[in-house]
Amino acid sequence: MTAQAALPPRAPLLGLVECHACSAVCRLPATADTGAHHLGRCPRCRAVLHRRKPHSIGRTWALLIGALILYVPANVLPVMYTTMLGRGGDSTILGGVVEFWHEGSIDIALIIFIASVVVPTTKFVVLSLLLVTVQRASHWAPVARARMYRLVELIGYWSMLDVVVVALVCALVQFDALGNAEPRLGIVFFGATVVLTMLAAATFDPRLIWDAEPADG
Amino acid sequence: MADHNDATPQPPPAPPDAAPLPQVRKSRWSISLVWLVPAVALLLGLSMVVQAWRSSGPRIEIAFQTAEGLEAGKTQVRFKNVVIGSVKAIRLAPDRSHVRVTVDLAKEAASFASADTRFWVVRPRVGASGVSGIDTLLSGAFIGADAGKSSDMRDSFVGLETPPAITYGAAGRQFSLRADDLGSLDIGSPVYHRRVQVGRVVSATLDKDGRGVSVQVFIEAPHDRLVTRSTRFWNASGVDLTVGANGVKVNTQSLAAVLAGGIAFQMPPGLWDAAAAPENTVYTLSPDQKTALTPPDGEPLFFTMRFDQSMRGLAVDAPVEFHGIDFGKVVAINVDYDADKKTFPTVVGVVVYPRRLGAAYDKLQAPGDGPEQQARVMAELVDRGLRAQPRTGNLLTGQLYIALDFVANAKKVSFDAQAVPMEVPTVPGALDKLQEQLASIVERVEKVPFESIGTRLDGNLARLDRTLERVNGEVLPQAQQTLKSLEQTLGDVRTTVNSAGGTLAEDGALQQGLAQTLKDLQRAATSMRGLTDYLSRHPESLLRGRPQGGSLPDEKAAAPAVPAASAPAPGTPP
Repeated sequence: MTAQAALPPRAPLLGLVECHACSAVCRLPATADTGAHHLGRCPRCRAVLHRRKPHSIGRTWALLIGALILYVPANVLPVMYTTMLGRGGDSTILGGVVEFWHEGSIDIALIIFIASVVVPTTKFVVLSLLLVTVQRASHWAPVARARMYRLVELIGYWSMLDVVVVALVCALVQFDALGNAEPRLGIVFFGATVVLTMLAAATFDPRLIWDAEPADG
Repeated sequence: MADHNDATPQPPPAPPDAAPLPQVRKSRWSISLVWLVPAVALLLGLSMVVQAWRSSGPRIEIAFQTAEGLEAGKTQVRFKNVVIGSVKAIRLAPDRSHVRVTVDLAKEAASFASADTRFWVVRPRVGASGVSGIDTLLSGAFIGADAGKSSDMRDSFVGLETPPAITYGAAGRQFSLRADDLGSLDIGSPVYHRRVQVGRVVSATLDKDGRGVSVQVFIEAPHDRLVTRSTRFWNASGVDLTVGANGVKVNTQSLAAVLAGGIAFQMPPGLWDAAAAPENTVYTLSPDQKTALTPPDGEPLFFTMRFDQSMRGLAVDAPVEFHGIDFGKVVAINVDYDADKKTFPTVVGVVVYPRRLGAAYDKLQAPGDGPEQQARVMAELVDRGLRAQPRTGNLLTGQLYIALDFVANAKKVSFDAQAVPMEVPTVPGALDKLQEQLASIVERVEKVPFESIGTRLDGNLARLDRTLERVNGEVLPQAQQTLKSLEQTLGDVRTTVNSAGGTLAEDGALQQGLAQTLKDLQRAATSMRGLTDYLSRHPESLLRGRPQGGSLPDEKAAAPAVPAASAPAPGTPP
């Protein structure tokens, strides 16, 4: 605590707790069980009060691993079946990227690549990094880690771009023999991956990054 | 590890002697519930892997000449237009001679990996059997498969470049035809029997030695039993237009066959082996129906013939006839130079099929006889007057054919029976003979000196005229006198004859004397006859004299004596 002179005192130290829902700061009841997650309800919005998001690390790990598992079929299975004048077939995400690249649409290829490969991968890497460092109560670059977390939260939903594209294309391109597009199972897995990563990012409590500080100090 | 959450440092002021807090363990449950998410995801993924593994069939590799129209990941493999697999990868063979296409077959199509399964690329094709694969114009090529029957599994195949004409399970039989050339046949060309399509050409390959073509045909059931051992096949392609010694002949099978070519088959007329032929029997594909239906030709013989006259109108393939039977054909017509006679004879090479003579051939030659016997028979026939003669088959077209026939009073020729090929002596054609004779007549007529004859005749006539004038003037008066004196002479003759008549009259002296002489002569003849009769009965009397009591019979006694004397036989003298 002495080493953390630069940091302001933490809410638990002051006997305060913040409501997750409405950000109202409540006074922690003195009788409250310090180990319990359930600290009562917010006097303003009736939301359940926690000191930290409950079981944040475990849930995040679970969701992250789930997303990672689903990401495999999302990439292996075809996401869309397109035919143009009777010619065409199934295309996977990476196959589509390669196809666009070869056809000269480098910008589209890049967008799809970033949205469907770079972003989820980044999330996996960043969240794993955050979880591991928090679990190890690491003191390593807390500010940078906090920034990474904000980045993950920010870019998370952009991965849904792929799902939206597939949904739009399949809804609009229905010209029977001339051209046709149908969604394939892969896009479901991809959508689930994105949702799970977003949930994982949401269940992660960034305040845990700072919680390690006093222990080391 | 989730309990790390609770390990966060708590505020130091803890109640010193608080009652033990109740254990709150429900957090474990909430943690476990969250872990359902990855568990479900894992299950999903695993189930998909298992399903993919279970539904994945064998992976095979097919070699094609080109990957035209094929696309990795998109091209499908279909059997009867049902998708049974898809192309996973396309790569060049290490020696770059072909491409190797990796195909993942579906689980239920695992049997398509059997050794005799055939694969080919279905592309739009315009062929003899019509247009096929038109749908692939838009949809792109796919790999067609035809299931095999073999239980031997393989993972490497060589793809066909053209679709097979028969598909798996087609009932029927396949036969092999040997032809000189393919004509306008193609894979898929129809096979007709009595102008009904009963099959197709499956494949056509050039023989290894390049001397012919092997055509495989497939006859569909139940028509395949119409193919017997004696069946003859012929090429029914196009329009068979023949201008030959027999005139113009047009023969077609059907309009489709005219356009696309085709094969027809039929049993030759007569009694033949009508049992259905086994599969893959080899037949000869004749160029036309006539050739096909003629009896089997057997071994051909090659002869040459040397004609002194022009052989205009004789063409290669012109018939060679023996006694009016189509016996062979002309195969070569060449001009030779005879250095001795300074002439250009035409040498005609013919091929004859002695077996076409039927029974005559069997009698002329025993089955085991060799070329010596043939030569001997040939020499004998030539000796009996067998000659080759060009004859006009058709006066309109002037086509010639070669007739082998016996020519009466043919000049003897030397025939070398040992020569290879044998040279058949020839006689000029009938028309040529006529021409020759006419020419010689004309020549002789031309030799008659009509002009000098004319002038001489003219002079002779003038002289005759003069002679006649002289006759009129000089000879006629004299002739009149001569006639008069002749008349007088005749009168004298008549008087002479009259006097002679008087001398020869019945009562004339000459006449009486003559009658007397004749009587004496008669008597002498009678006695002479008696003597000869006696002598003929008794020739010994010439030596022994007259026997006692015997009398030379005169005209009266001789008659009774003859039977007594003739009682002993002349050959047994007493």
